[in-house]
Amino acid sequence: MNIVGNFYQSVIYDGRWKFILEGLKNTCLIALGAVILGVIIGSIIALIRNYHDHHNNKLKVLNFLAKAYTDIIRGTPSTLQLMIIYYIIFGSVDVNIVIVGVLAFGINSGAYVAEIIRAGVNSIDKGQMEAGYALGLSYKQIIFSIIFPQAIKNVLPALGNEFITLVKETSIGAYIGIVELTKASDIIASRTYDYFFPLILIALIYLTITFILTKLISRMEVRLNHARS
Amino acid sequence: MLEVKDLKKSFGDRKVLKGIDLNIEKGEVIGIIGPSGCGKSTLLRCINLLEEPTSGEIIYNGEKYDRNRNLSKYRREVGMVFQQFNLFPHLTVLDNITLAPIKLGILTEDEAMKAAKRYLKKIDLADKANNYPDELSGGQKQRVAICRTLVMNPKVILFDEPTSALDPEMIGEVTKLMRDIKEVDFNMTMIIVSHEMKFIKDFCTRVIFLDEGKIVEDGTPKQIFDHPKDERLQRFLSKINTR
Repeated sequence: MNIVGNFYQSVIYDGRWKFILEGLKNTCLIALGAVILGVIIGSIIALIRNYHDHHNNKLKVLNFLAKAYTDIIRGTPSTLQLMIIYYIIFGSVDVNIVIVGVLAFGINSGAYVAEIIRAGVNSIDKGQMEAGYALGLSYKQIIFSIIFPQAIKNVLPALGNEFITLVKETSIGAYIGIVELTKASDIIASRTYDYFFPLILIALIYLTITFILTKLISRMEVRLNHARS
Repeated sequence: MLEVKDLKKSFGDRKVLKGIDLNIEKGEVIGIIGPSGCGKSTLLRCINLLEEPTSGEIIYNGEKYDRNRNLSKYRREVGMVFQQFNLFPHLTVLDNITLAPIKLGILTEDEAMKAAKRYLKKIDLADKANNYPDELSGGQKQRVAICRTLVMNPKVILFDEPTSALDPEMIGEVTKLMRDIKEVDFNMTMIIVSHEMKFIKDFCTRVIFLDEGKIVEDGTPKQIFDHPKDERLQRFLSKINTR
């Protein structure tokens, strides 16, 4: 097998690297946008459900919706959700496909992030909440200055995992024609009639991204653990 | 100053408190004793409204309080110290003490820092101000937790088994701090649930014996420990070591 020749055919010839670059850009954009959206949605959902649990069933309707959202998202394939959002919800609207990707993956991730944050909040000893109440603090003050700071630290590894999963999940964006990394390799392969090189190359790029992310996350964990001494 | 009227509390079918009536005067130091499961801690937690009473009233300075009424104001006046300390592990000792007064706008950041440092100095922990709770011993943690309550300038402090989670050699430093509080502020009202009978006996001005969710006997330490009337109290005292 001629690696140099393959590389030339798949990457250099006819400016095919531009597909890879475009793919890399879109993969990163979608993953980043989706993780931000996911954390925002997830935090709000977790807050609603926690408030409901702590206030004798107040916010009943919101809590029901939050729970339904989590159940529906977690109970259906993400590919299907992506297609529903693209073909049905945005079916007759002209909208940037990358934005559709950010929305779909963000909405999907939000349900998982909500569960992660809820687990983190529930892992905090209930004495913390009681100590806060006993000092006269309000629920809101306790959640934001006592519970969340401790919970986030506990769930950071899980949130990091969620981000890494998200990066890989973006590959299904190819279904609706987003030129992300996987689609880029597909485009190149369809022109060179050789799947081997583009697919392996893209796999290596994914690996590099997730490797860097893993390192970043573990560094963040170490920093958080040492910030106190 | 603090009145508990026909307080009842059930958890599901289990009736823990079956009608408690208690009138507490300013400056009283009340010890609550009784066999485990008799409802001592539940009573304390109901007084602080951490538990919502099933029925009954909590009246403080003539005003009725419940979970939907002036709760924050009430809890600033009625502090609580927990068996497990419940310090905030992500905050330094100093921030543990200053968090509530700053958040509630009672003290400015500057005033809170000064007050906290003054308290820490009094309990000989000034050098631990910037340490985190997990770097302290159990006795130190509980003393910091007591300071955290004191900085709110409460009129009543509830102690829920404050020394039960401590190693024996650390109990003394906590009980000493409690005595010091009383010495500095003669008007401080304290309600203490504890198994330290000797401490209850010579520190409290009034002792209440609770059994099966009811107050069985209520009197001076001398009456309770030396001349117990009720048979249940006699049995309870014979089982424990009061030396």
